Amino acid sequence: MNAIRRVRSGPAVWARDLAMGMRFAAGGGREGWIRTALTALGVALGVAVLLLGASVPSLTSAWHGREKARENLGQRHEPRPADHTLRYASADTVYRGAQIRGRLVRPDGAHPPVPPGIRRLPGPGRMLVSPALKELLESPEGKLLRDRLPYRVAGVIGDEGLLGPQELTYLARPSALRENAGYRIDHFGKAWDSPPMRTPVVLLVIMTCVALMMPVMVFIGTSLRIGNERREQRLAALRLVGADVRTTRRIASGEALFGSLLGLAGGAVLFLGGRQFASPITLWDVNVFPSDVAPGPLAAAAIAVLVPAAAVLVTLIAQRGITVEPLGIVRNRPVLRRRVLWRLALPALGAVLMLPAAGVPWTDTGLNTLRLAVGSMLLLFGVTALLPWLVDAVVGRLRGGPVPWQLAVRRLQLSSGPATRAVGGITVAVAGAIAVHMLMTGMQAGYAQAYARSGKLPQVGYWSGEDDWPRAQRALGALRATPGVTAARGVIDASAGRLPRHDASSGYDPSRHVSLAVGSCAELRRLAQLPSCRDGDVFVTHARGKGLAPGATVDLAPPAGMGPPPPPSPWKIPGTARTARVLAPPAQDAGPFVDTAYDLLATPAALPPSRLQNPLLELRIDFDRGTPDALEHLRNTAARIDPTLSEYSHLDNPHDQQLSSVRSGIFIGSVITLLLIGAGLIISTVEQLHERRRLLSTLDAFGTRRTTLSWSVLWGTAIPVALGLGLALGCGLALGALLLTLIDSAVVVDWPVVAGITGIGAGVILFVTALSLPPLWRMMRPDGLRTE
Amino acid sequence: MSIGHTLLGLLESGPRHGYDLKRAFDAHFGHDRPLHYGQVYSTMSRLLKNGLVEVDAVEPGAGPERKRYAITDAGVTDVAQWLARPEKPEPYLQSTLYTKVVLALLTDRNAAEMLDTQRAEHLRLMRGLTERKRGGDFADQLICDHALFHLEADLRWLELTAARLDRLAETVRA
Amino acid sequence: MTPEGSLLSAEALHKAYGATPALDGAEFSVHPGEVVAVMGPSGSGKSTLLHCLAGIIRPDSGTVRYGPHDLTRLSDAQRSALRRSDFGFVFQFGQLVPELTALENVALPLRLNGAKRKEAERQAREWLERLEVDAVHGQRPGELSGGQGQRIAVARALVTRPRVIFADEPTGALDSLNGERVLTLLTDAARDTSAAVVLVTHESRVAAYSDREIVVRDGKVKDMLAGLI
Repeated sequence: MNAIRRVRSGPAVWARDLAMGMRFAAGGGREGWIRTALTALGVALGVAVLLLGASVPSLTSAWHGREKARENLGQRHEPRPADHTLRYASADTVYRGAQIRGRLVRPDGAHPPVPPGIRRLPGPGRMLVSPALKELLESPEGKLLRDRLPYRVAGVIGDEGLLGPQELTYLARPSALRENAGYRIDHFGKAWDSPPMRTPVVLLVIMTCVALMMPVMVFIGTSLRIGNERREQRLAALRLVGADVRTTRRIASGEALFGSLLGLAGGAVLFLGGRQFASPITLWDVNVFPSDVAPGPLAAAAIAVLVPAAAVLVTLIAQRGITVEPLGIVRNRPVLRRRVLWRLALPALGAVLMLPAAGVPWTDTGLNTLRLAVGSMLLLFGVTALLPWLVDAVVGRLRGGPVPWQLAVRRLQLSSGPATRAVGGITVAVAGAIAVHMLMTGMQAGYAQAYARSGKLPQVGYWSGEDDWPRAQRALGALRATPGVTAARGVIDASAGRLPRHDASSGYDPSRHVSLAVGSCAELRRLAQLPSCRDGDVFVTHARGKGLAPGATVDLAPPAGMGPPPPPSPWKIPGTARTARVLAPPAQDAGPFVDTAYDLLATPAALPPSRLQNPLLELRIDFDRGTPDALEHLRNTAARIDPTLSEYSHLDNPHDQQLSSVRSGIFIGSVITLLLIGAGLIISTVEQLHERRRLLSTLDAFGTRRTTLSWSVLWGTAIPVALGLGLALGCGLALGALLLTLIDSAVVVDWPVVAGITGIGAGVILFVTALSLPPLWRMMRPDGLRTE
Repeated sequence: MSIGHTLLGLLESGPRHGYDLKRAFDAHFGHDRPLHYGQVYSTMSRLLKNGLVEVDAVEPGAGPERKRYAITDAGVTDVAQWLARPEKPEPYLQSTLYTKVVLALLTDRNAAEMLDTQRAEHLRLMRGLTERKRGGDFADQLICDHALFHLEADLRWLELTAARLDRLAETVRA
Repeated sequence: MTPEGSLLSAEALHKAYGATPALDGAEFSVHPGEVVAVMGPSGSGKSTLLHCLAGIIRPDSGTVRYGPHDLTRLSDAQRSALRRSDFGFVFQFGQLVPELTALENVALPLRLNGAKRKEAERQAREWLERLEVDAVHGQRPGELSGGQGQRIAVARALVTRPRVIFADEPTGALDSLNGERVLTLLTDAARDTSAAVVLVTHESRVAAYSDREIVVRDGKVKDMLAGLI
C-alpha cells in the first residue's frame, strides 16, 4: 500500500493549477469560448473605463501644462525693451459664438522669445493660425471673420502650441501695434497654478465615473458566472479523480484569470481605439489630443494587476459558498434572511455624508471631494443592496394571478439572485444617469436664466486703455456707421481719490474713491442731465453722495493697493463747475453696464485724458437683432479700430450647446449601459432556460402554449427590472436634488429625461424577452425529452 | 433439454454417423457435459422405433457405430414443432432456449421469431404473476416477486440474444 | 391495422432524424381502458413512437388517428390544445416545475386549460390524496423523494381526466418497491377512468403491468399478441 503523501501547496502548485484552469477556459469547445469571450468583453469594458478614469489627472495636467508653457500674462517687473523682448497683447474675439484666442506680438529686437508650436514669429502683417482656425477661415462660413483678421496666413501652429485639435487660435504680428497695448515680456511660460476645477464639473466627473463603473462591475460579475454549471461539474469530476478542494479553487481561479487577462488586453485595445474619438469632443472649452488621454504609468500598472486579481478574488468569494464534492456541488450557503436595516444604513450614511455639505457653499477641497465621492457611491451602492431585499419583500407578498405570472413570481421567490444581480446594475446606471441629468439640467437652467436676463438687451461693451479723446470720438463714429448699430455711447473713465490722503492708508480706500468720466458734451448728456454744456465745462454729480464741491482738489493718481503709492497728482475742480443729475439707467436690467454713477463729469478741454491714471475707454453699443450678422459686423469694426479692444457681452450662452451635447452623451451612455446589462440578463436567462430544457419540453408535451411561457419569461424580467427602475428613480431624484442643493441651484426635475430613461428600461425588458424567445422555443422542442 | 430433438435437428443438414452426431453435439452444446456415446445409441434407437430417423447406410465392419442415420419427413416436422413451441417459462431454461436458438440458426429457421414467441410467453406469465400479486396477500406477493425476477432474468437473456443473433449465427455456421 | 373500436391508432409512421430513420412504417393501436407496453432496445424508436402518437412531433408520413382527428394534419396549436385536454404525460424525471409546490404542479394542467385557481387546486388535492402524497402538497419538488415526485407527476397526468396517458419510463429512476407502487396506482387509476395507457419501458417487470405489449425494433412495430395468434 502506498503511503498517503500530503501535497504541499507552493508557488509551483499554484502555477500548475492556474495553468490547468486557463487550459480549461481556452479549450472548452465552442461553449467554453463563448463564455470566455463574454467574460473578456465585460472585463475589457471595465478596463477601458478604468483607464479612461485614470487618464483624467494626466489629461488635465497635460492640458494645463501646454497652457502654461505658451502663455505669459505679464511680468511683475516689466523688462526694458531689449533684443530678446517683445510686446504681447491679447486680441481675443468671438465669432458666431465660438471663442477665438488671438495674440499679437511685436518684437523689440532680433531674438524675441517664441512660444511652443512655432519656429519663428510671423513677419509684419502675417499670422500663424491653428489648423481649426485655418479651416474656418478658408470655408465660406468664415467670410466675415476674414475681414476681422487682416493678416496673411503665414503658417500653422504646431500641436505643442495648442490645447486641443479643435482650438481656434492665432498669433499675429500687426504692421503697427499701439505702444501701450498689452505688455512687454522676455519669455513664454509662466509658473502659475491652474485654477481648480469648478464644483459642478467635479461633481459631474465623480458622478459619471461612479455611474459608469458600477454597471460594468456588475457585468463583469455576471460574465464571470457564465457557465457556472458546467464549470462546477468539471470541478466535481476533478475531485473524483483526486483533486482536493483547494486545487479546485485554484483551477477555478485560473479559468477566471484567463478571461480577465484576455479582457485586460481587449480593454487596452478598446481604450487606445476609443481615445481617437477624443479630438472632436469639446467639453467646457476643453478639447484634447488623443495622446493626452493616457493614464499615468502607476495607475496603468495598478489596473493591469488589480483587474485580474479582482477576477480571481470574485471567483474565490463565489467558491466560498459552495463545496465541490466528488459527486457534485454542495451549496452550504445558509438561507439568507434579508435584513433591511443595514441595507438602509448604506444609502442613509451616503446621504448624511453629503448633507452637511449642502448648508455651506461647497469648496473644492480634497476632503470634500472624497466625502462627495464616498457619499454618492454609498447612495448608489445602497440601492443595489436594497434591491434584493425589495424584490424579496415584494415578490414574497405576491399571490395568485394567471399561470405565467405565477410561474415567474414563484421562480423569483425561490431564487431572485441572478435576476436581481443583473438588475442592480441597471438601477445604479439609471440612478446615476438621473442624478447627473438633474445636475446638468439644473446648471443649464441656471445659465439659461442668467443669460436670458443679460441677453435681453442687444448690447455689447468694449473697453481699452485710451488717453486721447479724438481717437475715442473716431471710434464712436466708426461704430455708429456700422450697419445694424442703433446707438453707441462712450466715455473715458478713470478713478481719482480725495486729498489729502490719509497718512496711514497707503492702499486703496473705497470711501475716498472718486469715479470720473471724460467725454464730449454729447456723450456726457447721455449720462446726465446737463443744464448747458461747452467743451471746458466740468459737472459735479451727487450720484454717490461723495460731497465733492467746486474748487476742491482731487488726486488723479490714487493708490491702487499694489506696490508703493504713486506721488499724488492733484487737480482742482474748477470753481465754475456746476451740478448735474445722473440719468437713471435706461432699463432696469441694463445687463453688465449698470455703473453710470460717476461723481465727476468733465469735458476733454477741462481735463485732458492724458492726465488720468489708467484711463479706460468704455464703449456701449446697441444693435438691431433684425440685421443679419449685425454683431459680427460690429466686431469687425471694433477690430479695425483696435484689435486689442476687449469685448464684454452676455449674448451667446456658450454653456447651452455644451451641456446639451453632454446630456445627449449621457443619454447615449445610459442606453449603452442598459443594453450591456440587458446582454447580461439575456445570458443568464438563456443559461437558465438551458438548464431546464427537459422541463420545458415536458411543459410543451402537456400542451402548454408558447405564449404562456413567453409571458412568464417577460414577467420574470419585468418584475425585478420594474422594481429596480422604481428604486433607481427614487434614489436618482434624491441624489440629484442633493447635488443641486450642493451647487446652490434650484431643484428642477427633468421629467422628459426621467420618462425617457424609464422607457429605455422598459425597452430593455422587451429586448431581453425578445432575444430569449427563440432559445425558449428551441428548448421547448421534444428533443429535451430524450433520455439518451 | 431434449437430446432427441437436438440430434434430430443436427441430422436435418444431412445424414451422419452416430459418432459424427456426438462430435457435432459436443461442439455446439456439450461445453460442460459431453455426450456419452451410449446416450447417442439409445436415443437413436428410440427415434428409429418412432420412425423419425432411418438407417441410411451401414458401412462395412462390425459394431452399431458404423450405422449412418438420416432424418425422415416425420422427423423434420417433429423438429419444427418443437422449435415453434415455446418452452414453459421456468428457472434454468437457458440451456434449452440456447439449444433451440442454435438449432434454428443451423436449420435456417427464423430464430428471431422463435425468441419473440418465447418472450411473449414469458411476458404472459409475468403478467399473470403481476395480476396475482396485485390481488394477493403478502406471502403471495413475495412468491410472485421471486418468480418474476427469475422470469425477468430469462427475458433479458432473450432480448440480449435477440440483439446478438447475427453474431451468433456467424459463430454457429462457421 | 385499424382495429375496431380503437381509441388511438397509427399507420405507416415514418420519421427520420437526418439520415437516421427512427420510425420505419410503424403501426399501433390502443383501446379505451387498455394498457399497452411499448418495449424494445435503446434507440429502437420507442420514444419517437410515443411522441408521434401524442402529437408532440409530426411524423414524416403516416397517420395518427384519434377520434375524428388525424393528428398529423392538425396544426401545432390544435395539437397543443388536444394534449392539454385529452392526453396526460408522465416522464422519467425532471418534469415538475421546481418553483411550484406539489399542489400547484398538479393543478397546472387544469389552469393551462383555463380553470380557476381555487377549483384547480381542489381537484388537484383529490388526486394527491388518491396517490397517497397529500401530506407533501405544500412542498417543492426539490424537497420530495423520487417516489413522491413521481406520484406527483402521475397525479398531474391524471388530473385532467385524460383519455390517453403517455408514460415514458415512468419508473426508470425509482427502486422496484416505489416503482411498482407508482405503476399500480397509475394503472388502477387509468382503469377506473377507462383511460388508455401507452407505457414505454425497457423493463419487463414494468411491461407486466400492461394488458398487451408491442416491441419496436429498428423502427418497426411487432405486436406480440398478433404474433401469438
